[in-house]
Amino acid sequence: MHVTHLSLHDFRSYADTEVALGPGVTSFIGRNGQGKTNVVEAIDYIARLSSHRVSSDAPLVRFGAEQAVVRAAVVRDERTALLEIEINPGRSNRARINKSPLPKSREMLGMVRTVLFSPEDLALVKGDPSERRRFLDDLLVLRAPRYAGVRSDYDRVLRQRNSLLKTAGAARRSGSGGSRAEAALSTLGVWDTHLARTGAELLAARLALVEELKPLVGKAYEAVARGATRSDATMAYRPSFELPEPTEGPLPDRAVLAEALMAEVERRRSDELDRGVSLVGPHRDELHLMLGPLPVKGYASHGESWSFALALRLASYDLLRAGGDDPILILDDVFAELDTERRERLAEMVADAEQVLVTAAVPADVPAALAGARVLVADGQVTRAD
Amino acid sequence: MYEGVVQDLIDELGRLPGVGPKSAQRIAFHILQADPVDVRRLAEVLIVVKDKVKFCSVCGNVAEDELCRICRDQRRDPAVICVVEESKDVVAIERTREFRGRYHVLGGAISPIEGVGPDDLRIRELMTRLADGVVTEVILATDPNLEGEATATYLTRLLRPMGLRVTRLASGLPVGGDLEYADEVTLGRAFEGRRSVDD
Ligand SMILES: Nc1ncnc2c1ncn2[C@@H]1O[C@H](COP(=O)(O)OP(=O)(O)O)[C@@H](O)[C@H]1O
Ligand SMILES: [Mg+2]
Ligand SMILES: [Zn+2]
Repeated sequence: MHVTHLSLHDFRSYADTEVALGPGVTSFIGRNGQGKTNVVEAIDYIARLSSHRVSSDAPLVRFGAEQAVVRAAVVRDERTALLEIEINPGRSNRARINKSPLPKSREMLGMVRTVLFSPEDLALVKGDPSERRRFLDDLLVLRAPRYAGVRSDYDRVLRQRNSLLKTAGAARRSGSGGSRAEAALSTLGVWDTHLARTGAELLAARLALVEELKPLVGKAYEAVARGATRSDATMAYRPSFELPEPTEGPLPDRAVLAEALMAEVERRRSDELDRGVSLVGPHRDELHLMLGPLPVKGYASHGESWSFALALRLASYDLLRAGGDDPILILDDVFAELDTERRERLAEMVADAEQVLVTAAVPADVPAALAGARVLVADGQVTRAD
Repeated sequence: MYEGVVQDLIDELGRLPGVGPKSAQRIAFHILQADPVDVRRLAEVLIVVKDKVKFCSVCGNVAEDELCRICRDQRRDPAVICVVEESKDVVAIERTREFRGRYHVLGGAISPIEGVGPDDLRIRELMTRLADGVVTEVILATDPNLEGEATATYLTRLLRPMGLRVTRLASGLPVGGDLEYADEVTLGRAFEGRRSVDD
């Protein structure tokens, strides 16, 4: 898929801006702070309905304005669709496809798929385990939008269950028992069942995803890290409890996982009541990243960490591509960090992608193979250089 | 902030479900500009509804008397009870014309976040109704969202040991949806395809 036209109204630094785009590579060139990332962020927002830079929508709306509107004409399966999103901080967003309003803006998820790499992605490698869990879950949703439902169900089960554990735990500690505490305990079993069911669905999907990603990450790391081989970068999914043996095939299936989760939840009952939080389930899992025998976190150099983060994104791109329509690849500020040889190898890797959007402060940083169309970004203006 | 009584009106409206501060303001100004006769009629209906409408002492549905229309109707099958969260769900199911039994309105769903546990729902009243052995089937028609499912699971565990047939509306209802919004056809088919609950 690719975007052929983008309009921004009161989005970030742009009051009213139109950008014509084509398939292949487009590079956005301009000094820092001129609004390059703002443009690609808008395309990524249309795809994911959230920004990679901020968790709330307010900063996306031009300072002083009430709402932002992003419109994108997208070609997919040889047909053009006009996607529009109205961003209303604090209220619900409104989405339209080909001018007809959608009942819920969330229904637009999956219409456009993007893979974005930006300097913020260093947190994928250096940050908390939650960053890596989100990386996996976001990728699951991109492949199959129904996982957005699984994830939000799971989050809700956790919130309900934690709230119950707090009440029941507090009553147990005060020794008061009482009918409220009894009622809490009697419904805990119900939430256990739901935790095990939705948790197992999420866990099974993540385990399968990691298996598919492993070889792709190795290959991508080899391309972007100096002197690396494809067996250097590896990863392993570490659940919050010991995984059961698979009954058949390489991974345990959902039913087996649900049963194991349930057993573990029962085993940890007392701990959970003491601490008033759910201690078992995919929200406590970790994706371990390793370079050779060493963990990346705490051991790897800045350059190695950065290359690993880029490799994770490139592997995601490969994986999504194998599943059909090419996503839009966005590389925000990547080239400044790479030497000439790595730049060339990265360029080779992505040269045949349907659409690649690149940002760079210095035109010379963008390798010749990726020159493509040039767009100059300066003083809030976006102008095509060709 | 507006002056005195106007702000009071906005505040009151804003406490209604689904009405945010902006809508509250819009409705308030609509009322200020509306025909006094219309506004008086609205005010009267609000008072009368609170005075007259009670909850059925058997099933918990809204009623103008001690018993609701359905509980008074001798033609309704007393052996089957359909358990729903709210009175509005009774209305939705009645529209399908699939169901000829009686109802039981719980008054919500289990939700620890909102401090709603089994004791806060009309579950004890349901157990009392089941005590005389007339009822042989209970249909769980709580909403197809997480809290509705949890409530159904809880009731299943309670009712199964009593030797009753316990069924759950078949899915096909939009996930995360409210029963109230399911269209008649979908809801009707869900009723047809209801299944025994087995966990
Ligand atoms: N909501 C907003 N309203 C107005 N200006 C904004 C808003 N958000 C960001 N900006 C401005 O956008 C600029 C940053 O743009 P960005 O695209 O990140 O730059 P770069 O070209 O370095 O990628 C900053 O000057 C910032 O002040
Ligand atoms: Mg930038
Ligand atoms: Zn009644």
